[in-house]
Amino acid sequence: MTQVLTKYDKYVTAFQSLERSQAAREPQWVRDIRQRALSRFSELGFPTARRGNENWKYTNVGPVANANFEYAFGASRDGEKAIELRGIAPWGQDWVNLVFLNGRYSEVLSTKPSSAYAARVTNLADAFLRDGEVLEKHLARHATFDDDGFTALNTSFLRDGAFIHIPEGESVQAPIHLIFIATGSDRPSASHPRTLIVTGKHSKATIIESYIALSPAPYFNNAVTEIVVGDQAQIEHYRLLLDNTEAFHIGTSQVYQGQDSKFTSTIFAKGAALGRNNIHVLLDAPGSSCVLNGLYMTSGTQHMDNYINIDHAKPHAFSRLNYKGILDGKSRAVFGGIVVVRPGAIKTDARQSDKNLLLSRDAEVNSKPSLLIFADDVKCGHGATAGHIDGDSIFYMRSRGLDIDTASRLLIYGFAREIIDTVQVEPLRVYLEKLFLGALPSFKLLFGERA
Amino acid sequence: MNKVQERSQEVLAIRNLHVSVGEAEIIKGLNLTVNPGEVHAIMGPNGSGKSTLVNALAGKPQYVVTKGEVLYEGMNLLAMLPEVRAREGVFLAFQYPLELPGVRTWQFLKSAVDAVRTHRSLKELSVREFDRLLTEKIKIAEIDSELTKRSLNEGFSGGEKKRNEILQMLVLDPKLALLDETDSGLDIDALKIVAQGVNQFRGPSKAIVLVTHYQRILNYITPDYVHVLMEGRIVKTGGRELALELEEKGYDWIREASGVARE
Ligand SMILES: Nc1ncnc2c1ncn2[C@@H]1O[C@H](COP(=O)(O)OP(=O)(O)OP(=O)(O)O)[C@@H](O)[C@H]1O
Ligand SMILES: [Mg+2]
Repeated sequence: MTQVLTKYDKYVTAFQSLERSQAAREPQWVRDIRQRALSRFSELGFPTARRGNENWKYTNVGPVANANFEYAFGASRDGEKAIELRGIAPWGQDWVNLVFLNGRYSEVLSTKPSSAYAARVTNLADAFLRDGEVLEKHLARHATFDDDGFTALNTSFLRDGAFIHIPEGESVQAPIHLIFIATGSDRPSASHPRTLIVTGKHSKATIIESYIALSPAPYFNNAVTEIVVGDQAQIEHYRLLLDNTEAFHIGTSQVYQGQDSKFTSTIFAKGAALGRNNIHVLLDAPGSSCVLNGLYMTSGTQHMDNYINIDHAKPHAFSRLNYKGILDGKSRAVFGGIVVVRPGAIKTDARQSDKNLLLSRDAEVNSKPSLLIFADDVKCGHGATAGHIDGDSIFYMRSRGLDIDTASRLLIYGFAREIIDTVQVEPLRVYLEKLFLGALPSFKLLFGERA
Repeated sequence: MNKVQERSQEVLAIRNLHVSVGEAEIIKGLNLTVNPGEVHAIMGPNGSGKSTLVNALAGKPQYVVTKGEVLYEGMNLLAMLPEVRAREGVFLAFQYPLELPGVRTWQFLKSAVDAVRTHRSLKELSVREFDRLLTEKIKIAEIDSELTKRSLNEGFSGGEKKRNEILQMLVLDPKLALLDETDSGLDIDALKIVAQGVNQFRGPSKAIVLVTHYQRILNYITPDYVHVLMEGRIVKTGGRELALELEEKGYDWIREASGVARE
């Protein structure tokens, strides 16, 4: 433990000085949670062990542990006003935007809803003072930090973030957009974005989280999102990981679902040096269903790890997972996680698929979805594939007059489209089409033979 | 001088063509001349090299021409990339059309037409112009226009795929159409539709090479010549009646007559 402490000294020091400087206005229970989280982090550290570390088997977080990321205390807010959200993130005229710069809430850039708005959308620091009851009930209750060093660390620095509360029966039309921007500085900085989304019975909402870099400077994003989907609620959640190629991004979404609730998660990842997308869904009531879609695109030496657990705790729940990766260069994609069907969870219907398109011979995929079934009368299946662009398909297209590059682009985009087409929010879909199509020409195309 | 002029009038002139796939030589010294306006049917047993021939003409990379020459409208066809052959007016209807998941038929056809037009120094079609063209050709190929909104050939029935090949031919308007068993697997109505599409396309400046196993299609598309391909060469050439004779007698008698060994 002492050893761990020494290694993570900088985090502890940052924690202590933050506690001294600005804890006064916060409720005691928040301070307690932070304190407990820090002690736990001090014990756990980062999951760097190479042995007996199944959850991180193919992903080495040594570079994160060893890097000298500093908490962005007084990160400069110069130029804050000059940031044009429209230019850097998907944008909708009627969207509600909450913006965070290096983990800190930006009043200037955010467009909070008016008080007549059906839902509560605010920053956590504000919510601590005004939404204590909901917060105390849910915050850090779902994303527990007992066995997860990253979540423990995030929770140690839990002092601001996003809070969304959709009351019972409310249906929010316009998407709520949470934008986490890394502005970049000379010193590599760490930020720990935190989001709590609580949705009441019969409510409906669309929530987008975007993680964006404004400069190529390295940084460490350690994000945790907790989502409570109420009975019969329908929640669409999008997560855009648009980090820069020097960034480390560890993101965790912890989802709790009530009876007959519907949750859709779609993640788009394109960027980080090391990206890890943890999603844990607890289907804790009959009739609950989740659809998890993902599209990731990597090149160079990027590493993308999707780790997804779906817990079928109760009968008659439904889950679908459809992830797709496009890999170039020497990049690597990892897919892991477990679908658990608990005893008694009969009539579970669960299917997982992870498909990868390799554009180079050096790209690598480790895909290991697994199933643990403890109930009878269930329908479960999973599959993982990795393949190159099909030479015969390319020839077919060339025989119609298309050159190799156009043919390849159409095929790659065709592969990605299945996921992009699931996006229900029009401006977001258009944004993603451009983003992924725009990235295609930079990929070195390779397949069977090249005439 | 005279001779040169004569030559350049041929749409396709294949001389002593040898094609290998991997280690194996499949086409072994094949000769064939196709003039404008002509329809040539090619028949032959399974594995005799019919698809190899037409795929080699379309430029499929695995099919390596080891010997011989192919002139297309007087140009060296073999020196062209597959896409250039297509833009110059060579079209291959595939025996097994590929499914392209996520590639919308409409988008694909529009891109193809634009590639061909650009090559011919014509302006790209506007969306409306293209839609007009497509609608007209869809009527001929009798394809459900909903299909053009779907991914190319994905989940299409066998017959729909074949008709989609005809649609592509009509839309791209090539000069030389190589049809590889476009009549296989079609019901009687679909067969008529395909034949009708080919006949619409047929004309004094067009040339058609039609690979088939059945003389039935030739009831609708009257060929000028029927060739028998065996062991990588054309071993017999005749008229429409040859197809009927083949249907009746099979290929053994030709094997014996032409001295081709039985495999
Ligand atoms: N890509 C390939 N790899 C290996 N062998 C091949 C390939 N393509 C063709 N061949 C071989 O070449 C020979 C001729 O095949 P081809 O497809 O040209 O025959 P075909 O006359 O079209 O037959 P069918 O009537 O069954 O369509 C066969 O023995 C086949 O196995
Ligand atoms: Mg064939």
